[in-house]
Amino acid sequence: MGSKPAWAEMGLTAEEYSRICDLLGREPNYLETGLFAVLWSEHCAYKNSKPVLRLFPTTGPRVIQGPGENAGIVDIGDGQAVVFKMESHNHPSAIEPYQGAATGVGGIVRDIFTMGARPIASLNSLRFGSLDNARVRYLCSGVVAGIAGYGNCIGIPTVGGEVFFHSSYTENPLVNAMCVGLVEHKDIKLGRAAGVGNLIMLVGARTGRDGIHGCTFASEELSVESEQRRPAVQVGDPFMEKLLIEACLEVIRGGYIVGIQDLGAAGLTSSSAEMAGRAGTGIELDVSLVPRREKGMTPYEVMLSESQERMLLVLEPDKEEPVRKIFEKWGLEAVVIGRVTGDGIYRVRDGETVVAEVPVKALTDGAPVYHRRGREPAYYREKKNHPVETVAVPEDLGQVLLQLLADPNIASKEWVYRQYDHMVMTNTVVRPGADAAVLRVKGTGKGIALTTDGNSRYCYLDPYQGGMAAVAEAARNLSCVGAEPIGLTDCLNFGNPEKPEIFWQFEEAVKGMSEACRALEIPVVSGNVSFYNETEGEAIYPTPVVGMVGLLQDITRRCTPDFKDPGDKILLLGGFSPELGASEYLALVHKIEAGRVPALDLDLEKRVQTCCRSLVWEGLIKSAHDCSEGGVAVALAECSINGNVGALVETEIKGRPDAFLFGEVHSCIVVTCAPRHLAQVEAVARERNVPYRLLGEVGGERLVIREPGGRVLIDQPVGEMRRLWQESIGNCF
Amino acid sequence: MKFGVVVFPGSNCDMDCYHVIDRVLGHPVEYIWHREQSLAGYDCVVLPGGFSYGDYLRTGAIARFAPLMEVVSTFAAGGGLVLGICNGFQILLEAGLLPGAMRRNDSLQFRCHDVYLRVENTNTPFTNRYRPGQVIRMPIAHGEGNYYADPETLAQLNREQRVIFRYCTAEGEIAPEANPNGSLENIAGICNREGNVLGLMPHPERCSEEILGYDDGKFLFLSVLHWWGLKREREVVARG
Repeated sequence: MGSKPAWAEMGLTAEEYSRICDLLGREPNYLETGLFAVLWSEHCAYKNSKPVLRLFPTTGPRVIQGPGENAGIVDIGDGQAVVFKMESHNHPSAIEPYQGAATGVGGIVRDIFTMGARPIASLNSLRFGSLDNARVRYLCSGVVAGIAGYGNCIGIPTVGGEVFFHSSYTENPLVNAMCVGLVEHKDIKLGRAAGVGNLIMLVGARTGRDGIHGCTFASEELSVESEQRRPAVQVGDPFMEKLLIEACLEVIRGGYIVGIQDLGAAGLTSSSAEMAGRAGTGIELDVSLVPRREKGMTPYEVMLSESQERMLLVLEPDKEEPVRKIFEKWGLEAVVIGRVTGDGIYRVRDGETVVAEVPVKALTDGAPVYHRRGREPAYYREKKNHPVETVAVPEDLGQVLLQLLADPNIASKEWVYRQYDHMVMTNTVVRPGADAAVLRVKGTGKGIALTTDGNSRYCYLDPYQGGMAAVAEAARNLSCVGAEPIGLTDCLNFGNPEKPEIFWQFEEAVKGMSEACRALEIPVVSGNVSFYNETEGEAIYPTPVVGMVGLLQDITRRCTPDFKDPGDKILLLGGFSPELGASEYLALVHKIEAGRVPALDLDLEKRVQTCCRSLVWEGLIKSAHDCSEGGVAVALAECSINGNVGALVETEIKGRPDAFLFGEVHSCIVVTCAPRHLAQVEAVARERNVPYRLLGEVGGERLVIREPGGRVLIDQPVGEMRRLWQESIGNCF
Repeated sequence: MKFGVVVFPGSNCDMDCYHVIDRVLGHPVEYIWHREQSLAGYDCVVLPGGFSYGDYLRTGAIARFAPLMEVVSTFAAGGGLVLGICNGFQILLEAGLLPGAMRRNDSLQFRCHDVYLRVENTNTPFTNRYRPGQVIRMPIAHGEGNYYADPETLAQLNREQRVIFRYCTAEGEIAPEANPNGSLENIAGICNREGNVLGLMPHPERCSEEILGYDDGKFLFLSVLHWWGLKREREVVARG
């Protein structure tokens, strides 16, 4: 450090610096350079991803607010809407897992109540290396404890998510947090600094030196020096956040404020500049008025601090007293630190001295946009054409099933979610562990279903197919509980986009996701991009994660994955043509990650999902669970384990039995129905032009899969399967 | 009968308790801010779950100093019903309204899942709608539910039948594997000598409606209403 010019230390390129000089007509001072560096970072400006993100469909009849605000908003009828967004906190969690994950939850929750919504649920999508590695166990238990520590305290249930383990995440875990809120249309607030002369009020925690340049840190690769970035990781105070939620919702619902925005990445700088940018106004702040945690902080440190649990409000001057009183009641500080101006200038004072003065638009819209070119990576064709069919069929397929059930990627995630309060607020009707969580909407007959999904192995082997698959599977999960998908948020986790092969993965994945969104008519209303997930030049597997929200018009018409009653008929909806390629089975048992990703026919996918939802709505089926990692055998085992009842499956098997049992396939859902409803279920499937096959019957204490009158492929006691499946992750610690 | 639900900064089950009393039982209920100085007009006060004052230092350790807690003590001494759930139980221990203390769960982790409880004493205002020895289900959600009391206190609690709920297996056996937090003698809930102050770690308000899976918790609230009805009858008879 030290030899580079200040702008380079702050992460700006020479071209960017000269662009700033052009925009200003002079060289920026140190503080101004800092303002540009954070607002022009990838994390804030999306300069590498913007042109690609435009591919997403973002409109639809239910969309009230698409991307560009703190979170997206989707109508759910009766004057109500859901507000949701997902965000990454990968880099901080790699360095300091507890606080990194905790503040990730805090940040996304603020994005939700900023819009006027009461947060009603959290979800998270986590990726770690293998649990054999001691540091990975430290990261994993720290991240889970951090999410629990923060989420439990603020009283928002953590109702769902996913955890996946793969060596590409050993040094660079992924922590993607999603929050969902509920709002009355009339209470929706936007992050705008409108109305010249209005006051800018800073509320919540005091400002300290923590987290300075956190977002710049998030926009570079991890390296051995990253450990020194520990001071760039913020420390969370969930108690303060809980008070902020209550106080902010009270001032919003009382109609006291014009605009509100949380202080997230780049702290006071980005929140104030973005609010002015959206409103087309100017802003003047006096840093000497900002309440501080420590003495001797420079204007630069105050402006760039990422101290947590702070919010910025815009209010008319006569509202200052009543707003201050409400915050006082909650024991919180609320200080006017500036005002909205009409000159379009972003002006920072330190008492009487002007310490920074730049056009708002230069900060918020002036960042360069890079139209990068992707290049197909060398591995792509080689892996795709790898002859996976040459692997030997294992002797004992029952043992393979047990091995898969104990695989941390398939095993129960109860060890994780039992550390999260998933029931507070008493809305959780379908708890974690099902295809999707279902929450009731109190005072109505409606329900909301929530899920997150993403298969990074598919994305690595074929980012386009993998992107499509993430969207399709999330929607399928919602359909399995009986919910209609109504909106999507995403977290796009990739390596360094300046490398053409990484950019290619990113662009292909977004294209695939967009195509699936269009086909399934699900708008993307918010999201987040996390690049530079690399350690010492090695990128993570490309990992687009989808968070999806579904609506149940009548919550009494819902479904869960567990088998219910002996004698129930088991059917498989969808065209069943499983692939060995890219499967968890191939990776776990044969140590091969290659082959063709299962093909996805979006037309069929849509028909299967619609069919499943109508079967739930009409009350014809008793359980529904989609086939994903581990294939149909694992899907059947999970239904048995969850229902604590066995099944006898008799079906003709063509081709390799291991491919049939454990190969992966899209658009397939295992459903059960009472025998008296079988004919009706079949009729609905035919009507919807959905192929199906009768698999067998629920009953007994074992899962038996055999050919009619022929060989038995699987015969395992449910108790033994449950033990392995349930205890596997906990046993790693 | 009028209920009050106390709101400390950091309470987060206040709305859930309010919902059950208001919407499920259909009884009058109000929130009581932690700075209030009076409980006049209330018949039953609920200290809800959550993380009062962030539970920094030790669970319930700061909440006991809230202005309202002195009033709650007087209210309890006068025979008013006090129900402490989860963090509310922890506060009652810190405030000395119930004996003993909480330690961190022996797993050192927060735990949120269903547990089975055996109802040990049904002769209380909070449990008279259960059968003696009945096995019920309730969710827990806590990081510090590992109940401890010195041997004399424990003996006294047992002698006076003040252990109201114990963690048990589905079959009702008080076994170590049914204990989710290391609590002494599988204790999940206790009451004071007079029986009008109950503290328990599990959350009855989370299982008071069928849509949430089961409604075993509702009978705790129904017990309070039943007890209140009988008390009123006795008062009418006494007045002649």
